[in-house]
Amino acid sequence: MGVINEAKKLMKQNIREYGMYIALVVIMLTFSVATDGLFMSSRNISNLINQTGYIAVLAVGMTLILIIRHIDLSVGFVAGFLGAVAAILLTKTGVPVWATIVIVLACGALIGSFIGFLVTKMGIPSFVATLAGMLVFRGALLRVTSGTGTIIIPNKSFNAIGNGFIPDIAHIEGIHTLTLLLGVIAIGFYIWGEFNNRKNKLTYNFEVLSNTMFTLKLLFVSLVIGYITWTLSGYNGLSWTVIVVIIVVLIYNFITNKTVLGRHIYAVGGNPDAAKLSGINVNRITLIVFSSMSMLAALSGILFTARLQSATTTAGTLFELDAIAAAYVGGVSAAGGVGKVTGSIIGAFVMASLVNGMNLMGVDISYQYIIRGAVLVAAVIFDVKTRNKRS
Amino acid sequence: MNENILEMKNITKTFPGVKALDDVNFQVEKGEIHCLVGENGAGKSTLMKVLSGVYPYGEYSGDIVLNGEIQKFYSISDSERAGIAIIYQELALIPELSVYENIFLGHEIKKGKLIDWNETIKQAGAMLKKVGLHNVNPATKIKDLGVGKQQLIEIAKALSKNVKLLILDEPTAALNEGDSENLLKLLRELKAQGVTSVMISHKLKEVIAIADTVTVLRDGQTICSMSAERGEISESIIIKHMVGREIDNIFPKRNHKDFGDIVLEVKNWCAYDPKIGRDILHNLDFNVRKGEIIGIAGLMGAGRTELAHSIFGNPGEYRIKGDLFVMGQKKHFKSPNDAIKAGVAYVTEDRKGNGLILIDDIKQNITIANLKQLTQQGILNRNEEVKAANYYKESLNIKAPSVEQKVGNLSGGNQQKVSLGKWLFVKPNVLILDEPTRGIDVGAKFEIYTLMNKLVEQGLSIIMISSELPEVLGMSDRIYVVSEGKIAGELTAEEATQEKIMEMATN
Ligand SMILES: Nc1ncnc2c1ncn2[C@@H]1O[C@H](COP(=O)(O)OP(=O)(O)OP(=O)(O)O)[C@@H](O)[C@H]1O
Ligand SMILES: [Mg+2]
Repeated sequence: MGVINEAKKLMKQNIREYGMYIALVVIMLTFSVATDGLFMSSRNISNLINQTGYIAVLAVGMTLILIIRHIDLSVGFVAGFLGAVAAILLTKTGVPVWATIVIVLACGALIGSFIGFLVTKMGIPSFVATLAGMLVFRGALLRVTSGTGTIIIPNKSFNAIGNGFIPDIAHIEGIHTLTLLLGVIAIGFYIWGEFNNRKNKLTYNFEVLSNTMFTLKLLFVSLVIGYITWTLSGYNGLSWTVIVVIIVVLIYNFITNKTVLGRHIYAVGGNPDAAKLSGINVNRITLIVFSSMSMLAALSGILFTARLQSATTTAGTLFELDAIAAAYVGGVSAAGGVGKVTGSIIGAFVMASLVNGMNLMGVDISYQYIIRGAVLVAAVIFDVKTRNKRS
Repeated sequence: MNENILEMKNITKTFPGVKALDDVNFQVEKGEIHCLVGENGAGKSTLMKVLSGVYPYGEYSGDIVLNGEIQKFYSISDSERAGIAIIYQELALIPELSVYENIFLGHEIKKGKLIDWNETIKQAGAMLKKVGLHNVNPATKIKDLGVGKQQLIEIAKALSKNVKLLILDEPTAALNEGDSENLLKLLRELKAQGVTSVMISHKLKEVIAIADTVTVLRDGQTICSMSAERGEISESIIIKHMVGREIDNIFPKRNHKDFGDIVLEVKNWCAYDPKIGRDILHNLDFNVRKGEIIGIAGLMGAGRTELAHSIFGNPGEYRIKGDLFVMGQKKHFKSPNDAIKAGVAYVTEDRKGNGLILIDDIKQNITIANLKQLTQQGILNRNEEVKAANYYKESLNIKAPSVEQKVGNLSGGNQQKVSLGKWLFVKPNVLILDEPTRGIDVGAKFEIYTLMNKLVEQGLSIIMISSELPEVLGMSDRIYVVSEGKIAGELTAEEATQEKIMEMATN
């Protein structure tokens, strides 16, 4: 089989995934041209990625929620509220940063399990339960900020989570060396993982990519990682936000792909009745997924608050819709059972690139919303139309 | 020779990786009852979907000639307009709507712009009479009717569209003997009124009873057409053409008869279903021994599936009284997972509804109930998974290009084999099979029966719930007859006959 044919076959099998990457590249190139390269500048890319962080972590959690055929509308104000809680803990009580983070994440998990309890044990549709949650936490946010209004956070190390960059090791003018080093390590790990994978498959006598294709793939992905780190190292290097997002994605990607829990989540989404009769505790899965969602909402709240260096009365407004849109653009099926964490992250970046690029171009906000809506619909149409072609 | 109402010429239809129809020719004479038979995955349903526009013109090659004219159907409504109505195996009625709303759904009777409900109800009544449902009130909700009646209402719906060519895809698969009889009678009456029918079925007895012509498909090709008039049809000939070899005894013999200890037993088993607010099982006692196959016979709705659910961890949350013993130990299963852990497996009756995850592939479905087997330190070994799935694909002879094929795209029989594979993979001691061969061709049935024999020889115990009496009689060592949630009687294989079972079941 020629390499071209193999590439075609791969393309056909993974059209949805590749389509999204291609879409992202097209969007980036278009904006680059339209802004005379400003869009692709190190500084802007760094900014873009850091801005997307708090939506990206929500999109990860939302992916699982949508996979099990539920929805969570409360995440925006849960994030806003818990961000304010973090601000209060830091400014009023003098709890150290690490403890603040732990407490806030735990609160998130608790809120999520309560929502999960309402959905599973009380039998309330998640749309209703989380709509109520949205109202409640909006109120709670207003309540805790009512005396003070915006709470300014003076704590430098907390604020670094949203604004700071990882330190550098050796100072070379215009290049962040640690970032580059991490990039190289990441490429190394990637290549090692792929080789391992391939070796395992071969011991099982399973089909693997041809040597040429395999090399091309390694080369391509390494180049992409390399390019991104190179770009970032041209500005301040990797930010803490990016580190957090990468860790979250790695963990969730691992869970969904490599663990029994992950498989059970997909099974519950694919057919809850069959899942139940296969010995899966559907309620437990639902509870876990809702807890994880609200915990990520807490994380999102931390990222956002740290980024603004303050808690505001409107923090979190409409985050949930951005997260849901990111997940759908990223290929989660509205019918449940299908979707990937990595897809949703790309979805989040597609949507964020649109906003960022259009801002740079000075497109009026009214058009921005319309265009984002259109892109969302286009992505889902593409998804639906290509779904039957894949088997 | 009569003129042909339908000719399908050189039809070829491919799916990614599968050639479902390969140059098929199919002719139906005006006014006949034409049966289409073939193994699972032979392409019967696909052929009918091509005919009815589910796969629109352009997605297949070849010609559809109806009444001498080449047709290009782009959708189901196109084929309906040409007088073709298709009834799928999965009923397409809306449970919460009334009979009359369902019958005229999609082609409502209107007065001006609005629906004329009075006329609708009147005509629905007339349609119901036509299909022999004299006592059904058109205002009844569909969900309150049994499957047999629902099937007849599907036909009433088709008739209301002024159908010339009625296609039925396995209409009797879910029906008991009585309801099946009614349906066949109706088809004969319709024939007298000039309606041509094409029926797909795996029940060869009824095919022989009703068919004027039988066409056999195998591996996407037409093997032959046989006419009843010319006396060409017999069960053994059909089987031979279907599977390409002869099967003497569809129920393969089992040699050993020495059973071990009792493996599973229930005593005084009662269940109350809070959702419908009544008792569904009353004081049942039964047991199965090691290496034994017991048959649970009875009519549709006798409570057999409920019995299986109540034993298998009670997912329907019935209130249960009574004792369950597995391997001599008293058990209270709180969930299917408990049951699985104790070595009980349950192959569901409704493989699409609660058996399989249709959007997932074969390997995911086979391994889902026993992923632990495939994990090391919490990490799933995907290569082991493919290997395990391949093992069952080979040993159960599942026809698919690979274990990566989506289960939703498999034919019914192959889906059933995936279901079986899934439960064999949990390595159970007791296997509950609920209608194990529903919608399955003779060849695959034979394979499944052979497999059951092999399993019991290896020491497994099987509880087989079945509405097909020949199967119950042919496969069971002992038979329990269930009627209205009670055990109406127990028969040994030697003493059991169709008549005795029916008598107990209907009492
Ligand atoms: N949507 C689809 N995508 C891919 N393959 C398909 C699809 N539908 C059917 N097939 C394949 O086409 C072949 C014919 O399937 P079809 O459903 O027509 O069989 P059948 O004769 O009706 O079988 P059964 O008696 O089990 O209902 C099978 O191999 C099946 O797996
Ligand atoms: Mg079929």
